[in-house]
Amino acid sequence: MSTALPGETLLAVENVSLRFGGVRAISDVSFDVVKGEIRAIIGPNGAGKTSMLNCINGFYHPQEGAITFKGVKRPKVKPHEAAVGGIARTFQNVALFKGMTTLDNIMVGRTLKMHRSFFWHLFRNGPAMTEEIEHRRKVEQIIDFLEIEHIRKTPVGKLPYGLQKRVELGRALAMEPDLLLLDEPMAGMNLEEKEDMCRFILDVNNTYGTTIALIEHDMGVVMDLSDRVVVLEYGRKIADGTPDAVKKDQTVIDAYLGVAH
Amino acid sequence: MPPFTDAGSNPHGVCHDREGGPEPPGDLAARAQVGGDTFGKLLAGNARIRGPRPAMRFKDNGIWASWTWAEVYAEARGLAAGLQKLGLKRGDKIAIVGGNRPKLYWSIMAAQILGAIPVPVYADAIADELAYVLDNAEVTFAAVQDQEQVDKLISVADRVPRLQTILYDFDRGLKDYDHGELHHIDTVIAAGKAALGEPGAAAALDGEIAAGKGEDVSIILYTSGTTGRSKGVMLSAAGCINAATDTVTFDKLNDTDSVLAYLPLAWVGDHYLNYAQAMVAGFCVACPESAETAQADLKEIGPTFYFAPPRVFENLLTRVMIRMEDAGRLKRGMFHHFIGVAKQWGEKILNGESVPLAAKLSYGLGDLLVYGPLKNALGFSNIRVAYTAGEAIGPELFSFYRSLGLNLKQLYGQTEAFLYVTAQPDGQIRADTVGPATPNVDIRIDPASGEVLYKSPGQFIGYYKEPEKTAETMTPDGYVKTGDAGFFDATGHLRIIDRAKDVGKLKDGALFAPKYIENKLKFYPNIKEAVAFGQDQDFVTVFINIDPIAVGNWAERNNVSYGGYQELAGLPQVYDIIGAHVDETNRTLAAEPMMAGGQIKRFLILHKELDADDGELTRTQKVRRGFIAERYQPLVDALYSGKTEQHIATEVTFEDGRKGTIAATVAIRDARTYPAVVVANATGAMGKAA
Repeated sequence: MSTALPGETLLAVENVSLRFGGVRAISDVSFDVVKGEIRAIIGPNGAGKTSMLNCINGFYHPQEGAITFKGVKRPKVKPHEAAVGGIARTFQNVALFKGMTTLDNIMVGRTLKMHRSFFWHLFRNGPAMTEEIEHRRKVEQIIDFLEIEHIRKTPVGKLPYGLQKRVELGRALAMEPDLLLLDEPMAGMNLEEKEDMCRFILDVNNTYGTTIALIEHDMGVVMDLSDRVVVLEYGRKIADGTPDAVKKDQTVIDAYLGVAH
Repeated sequence: MPPFTDAGSNPHGVCHDREGGPEPPGDLAARAQVGGDTFGKLLAGNARIRGPRPAMRFKDNGIWASWTWAEVYAEARGLAAGLQKLGLKRGDKIAIVGGNRPKLYWSIMAAQILGAIPVPVYADAIADELAYVLDNAEVTFAAVQDQEQVDKLISVADRVPRLQTILYDFDRGLKDYDHGELHHIDTVIAAGKAALGEPGAAAALDGEIAAGKGEDVSIILYTSGTTGRSKGVMLSAAGCINAATDTVTFDKLNDTDSVLAYLPLAWVGDHYLNYAQAMVAGFCVACPESAETAQADLKEIGPTFYFAPPRVFENLLTRVMIRMEDAGRLKRGMFHHFIGVAKQWGEKILNGESVPLAAKLSYGLGDLLVYGPLKNALGFSNIRVAYTAGEAIGPELFSFYRSLGLNLKQLYGQTEAFLYVTAQPDGQIRADTVGPATPNVDIRIDPASGEVLYKSPGQFIGYYKEPEKTAETMTPDGYVKTGDAGFFDATGHLRIIDRAKDVGKLKDGALFAPKYIENKLKFYPNIKEAVAFGQDQDFVTVFINIDPIAVGNWAERNNVSYGGYQELAGLPQVYDIIGAHVDETNRTLAAEPMMAGGQIKRFLILHKELDADDGELTRTQKVRRGFIAERYQPLVDALYSGKTEQHIATEVTFEDGRKGTIAATVAIRDARTYPAVVVANATGAMGKAA
């Protein structure tokens, strides 16, 4: 696992609060993500983990606080702007185009990198074709990387859940992101699928040097995988540090196991 | 290995020695087989006489990449020089662990160029098995596919002290490993090519190739361990090449042929069919993208020579049938109509017998509408010769493929023979035999035990480091014991009954051939595996494994819900289905005078699938009867004690190596037996067996 912790800060979340009407989803949370690390966000149900990811990729806009990405304090951004900026994500519930093949789904991830106009692509000729071939090559590398050659031409709706998750990861990777947000990449998987997914996350981090922020429930996975962990409870940050430190933190233990009153 | 199927055809073999293809006549010289008594010399010869022809293909990143013979030779030379620089010498052993990837084949070639001995190991072998083979073979080098295999090797490093250097093909995840003794194959090849540029280096390597002798050990192939620990079978270079030359001539293979190499690298079949035959005939070997894509790759490559064990043909047929059940009414009707036509006339047409014109027209239409597209979907369009072996194939299954016009034949062989002992020549194909001896093979049946003995050109030198086991396997006059009981029938074809040591007797003296019974059961698509017991017992009983795909499909069509394999296997309706199959099996057994005493009295459906990880099957998916009997002792006892159900808890190994327990109460049922049918003159051919 990378130990380059005193690296450059890629993303900084400062005093962020998010409210839905009267409900406070996130209150005054600050943490940072360093370039090249695997950062986990954990917490019990309803702790505000997914809301946090949604803030980071511009789906929600926090009422207070600031998010700094690549050294620039972000104004209100829309999700697609965040994507152009280099943030890719996967979803807790798989969000693929079910009728399209694995190949096409991952190709969708390349859309932002396509430069030829819509009309060139209509004719699928000339420079558009050259561009498409180049993108296809990239997509094939990802297919090879994630070992999903055998389902290249299968509509994703027909695939088992574990493979769909892998395709979704592939689509996010196709964007060649600087920051990859994974929302419960291991949810609903059996042990073998989980181990495979862990392997792929580590390999993505190792091979492409992609910075990863992930939400996960499986503590074993989180502790093995991540360089640093931030723990949320009821929208507040209750701990932040290395997996070992977090594991020993009394507030975290209380939050997970409950406290005798 | 008993019943097989039938008749012959030779739509292609017009001229004797080589096929007339679309090539210009000037290229005829390139059709010749190259001479040489080692694979290094053959490779050099192929590069010389058919340099620009394709030798290897591999689908990488979705695109088929090709290498010509000249290129393969250059890569293998580079790798050889690189390995030499790393310290690999004549006589050293190098383990090859992984799937069918060009660079692993090149590693085999490079080792053989240097006179080192490649030792392929099954890629799915667990660390324990791997450690045993590597240590036993005294390997110092290993060429492996990827991180998974590297990790395995590292995990057993302390038990394989001689292993120094590991080469890998696929670098994902290996970036942070200590690269002291770990090398990417590409860098080794590059270093080797650079070294070959130095003056005199190329000539020195040519010298290494020339120094190889035909009687040298060319490869050590480990047996799959059906009976205890695997043994290293040493094969000589000249033996391998002579055997392959015989069958290349027998099946008229030449350099316009092609194969898809999807069989396990460590199995004699791959080394023979895809490596030795390709080297001798000069044809092109295509490597699939991954093991899972082999079926799709087969369709894209359209090979002309194909081998698959019966279970592959069985799975394909099951899949086709299931898909047809789900097809629209018109398509389904068309399919069933023309399959009926094929059943009636297909084989006769393939055998060149005369059939009515109407049948010919009907079959032609069927070919256009059903058989052609079906063969195309399966990747069988270009197949000239297809073989099956390893297990018995159901007569129905065999004739199904033959009736579609696929020239499917049977062979019989083993690792110690370097594969072929018998094979069916075109035109003499029968369901229940494995054919006459292949050219230059001499077969004898031991008069006392009925065991098949042979002498063949590819015959092994001996088991590595086990001279006493070698001596046990040989007769004093140099024949190899196959361990299979069999006999020659009236047409001179060999028929295999069973493993000689497995053929036993019931208490009343009736012949008990477990595999014969198991195979009959396995011909039913709903039955995936069967294990028969009966040695020294009053009657025969069986364990049955249902086929989850076929039975699952039945459940779906009949709205039967189930939670998993265990629940499905225990359903009373499933017992009824299997019971009907057992009943039918008994009826056919009753019709065979020798086997009538071996009818099944009681059976049960096992609550878990038999698995190689639990040691219940060998890596080549053969049942290990003795081990299973021990492991499920309470169930066997219950079969013979008259109980109607029995509780059992078994330890299982999951794919990640963890252990767990599966417990179930398994129901036991009685089956109906039939009085032996007395057939007037059925004694002829069967009389001599066992």
